[in-house]
Amino acid sequence: MIRLEDLTVGYGSRMLIEHADCEFVSGRLVALIGRNGSGKSTLLRALAGLSRPQGGRVLIGGRDIAKMTAAERARSVAFVTTERVRIANMRCRDIVALGRAPYTDWIGRLSPADERIVGEALRTVGMEDYADRTMDKMSDGECQRVMVARALAQDTPAILLDEPTSFLDMPNRYQLCRLLRRLCRERGKSIVFSTHELDIALNICDDIALVDSPRLITLPSAEMEAAGHIRRLFFFDMGKED
Amino acid sequence: MATGDIAISLADVWRSLCGGEVDPVTARIVVDLRLVKAVVAVLVGAALASSGLQMQTLFRNPLAGPYVLGITSGASLGVALLMLGAPLLGLSAGMMSAVGVAGAAWIGAAAVLVVVAAVSVRIKDIMVILILGMMLSSGIGAVVQMLQYVSDNDSLKSFVIWTMGSLGDVTKPQLWLLVPAVLVGLAIGVAQIKPLNLLQLGPQYAQTMGLSMGRSRTFIFLSTTLLAGTVTAFCGPIGFVGLAVPHVARRLYANADMRALMPGSVLLGIVMMLACDIASKALTVPINTVTALLGIPVVVWVVIRNR
Repeated sequence: MIRLEDLTVGYGSRMLIEHADCEFVSGRLVALIGRNGSGKSTLLRALAGLSRPQGGRVLIGGRDIAKMTAAERARSVAFVTTERVRIANMRCRDIVALGRAPYTDWIGRLSPADERIVGEALRTVGMEDYADRTMDKMSDGECQRVMVARALAQDTPAILLDEPTSFLDMPNRYQLCRLLRRLCRERGKSIVFSTHELDIALNICDDIALVDSPRLITLPSAEMEAAGHIRRLFFFDMGKED
Repeated sequence: MATGDIAISLADVWRSLCGGEVDPVTARIVVDLRLVKAVVAVLVGAALASSGLQMQTLFRNPLAGPYVLGITSGASLGVALLMLGAPLLGLSAGMMSAVGVAGAAWIGAAAVLVVVAAVSVRIKDIMVILILGMMLSSGIGAVVQMLQYVSDNDSLKSFVIWTMGSLGDVTKPQLWLLVPAVLVGLAIGVAQIKPLNLLQLGPQYAQTMGLSMGRSRTFIFLSTTLLAGTVTAFCGPIGFVGLAVPHVARRLYANADMRALMPGSVLLGIVMMLACDIASKALTVPINTVTALLGIPVVVWVVIRNR
C-alpha cells in the first residue's frame, strides 16, 4: 500500500501538486492521468524516492521512504521509467536478473532461489521464450514486458510505471495493462502507472488518480467518470470548434 | 623481453631471470630494465582498460575513456608547469628533479579531480559532468599551449617527448609506488562491478534498484584517478588503450556482464600493452604512436560493425 501524506511536489519554486492526501490500496490498479506537464512524472519520481518531495511524506507498507536506505527502498518499490533500454549483448534474462540486485551479494551472484524468481518473472509476462535473446533485437512491446519482469523480480509490494504504454500499439497497450491488473489481483501488488490513454484508464483500471494542478483527485474509475473532472480537464475546448 | 636495442636470446632471458649462467651485463639489462618495463606495460594495460570500462559504463558513452574527467590534461598541466614554467621563472634544475615529472603529473591530475569532485557533489546530471570535464580539459590544454608557446626549445622538446609516452622511464624504486596504486585502483574497480552492472540501465534505474549513486560515483572516480592518473604520471598520456580495449572485450566475449567484462578488459589491456611495447621497440617509435595506430582501427572497426 502506498500512502501520500500532505505531499507537495514540484521543482524549484513551482509547485505542481500540493497537500495531496490519499492511499493507493494493494490489489488495485491505479492509472495516474493529467495534462502534459501537470506533474505526473514528478509525482512518480517522488513516490519512487528518486527525488525529495517539497513537503509531506510517502509511506510504503507503513514506512516513510525518506527514512529507508537505498537498499530498503529497492525492496519496497520498483520503478519502470520512460527510458528505452537497449544494451548490446545483454540478454533478457540478465536484465531481469538485475532486478534481484537488492537481494544479492557484493558481486551480484544469483542463488538458485533468485534464478527461480527470474524465471518466474519472465514466465509471468509471457517472455520465457525470449530469455536468451538480446534486447537490441526485440520490439518495443517485448522490451517493455521485459522491463516489467525486471520490476517483478525486484519482489516489491509496490510497482510504479511512467507511461509504460507510450511506445506500444493498441493491442500491446491493452495486453500490458491487463497484465498489470492481473498482477494486482493475483499478487496483491499496489501498481500505479501514468498514462494518456483515457479509455484504458477508465476501462481497465480500478482507480484513477487525476492531477488537476495543484490538486490530486483519487476516485474509483466509474465515479471519476461520473464526477465530470475528466470532461472538464481534457475535453473543455472541444465544443468550441463545432 | 627479448626485443630491444641489444639482441638477447630468449634462452639468455630465461637464464637471467632464474639466476642461471649468463653474462652479468645481460642479466642486469634483463632484470633491471626489461623486466621492469614489462611489469610497467602489464600495469599500464590493466589500469587503462579497467578505467576506460568504468568511464564508458558510468557515462553510458562509448567514446568515454580514462581521460574524460580531465586527468590527462591535469597531468599535462603539472608537467608543463614543471618543465616549461619553472625555467621561465628562473628556478633551478635542482628543484625540478626533486619534485620530479611523475610528482608534478600526479599533483596536476589530483588537482583536476578535486575540481571535478567538488562540481559533481552539486551537479546530479552525469552528462553535465561529462561536458564540464571535457571543457576543463580543453581549457587546461589552452593554458599548456600558451606555456609551450613562450618556452625555449630545450624545455619544449622534453615536454613534447613526455606527451609521447614512455614505458621505459620508470625506475625500480618507482615501481613501489606504481604497483600499489594500480592494484588499489583495480581492487576498487572490481568492488564496483555490481554498481556498474546496474548503471548500464542508467542512473534512474540503478537508484531504484538500491544503488547509492553518490557513493558509487565517488568510488568509480577514485578508481579511475588512481589508475589513469598514476599511469599518466609515470608513463605520460597513453591514448586509445582505455578507449579501444573495452569495445574489443564486449565484442570478443559477446557479453554485457561486468563480471566478465572487467577481468576480460584487464587481460586484453595487458596483452595489447605488451604487444604495443614490443612493436614500439621493434620500430623504435614512441609508445603513444603505436597505441594510436593500433587503437584507431579498432575503434573504427567496432563503430562500423556495431551499426
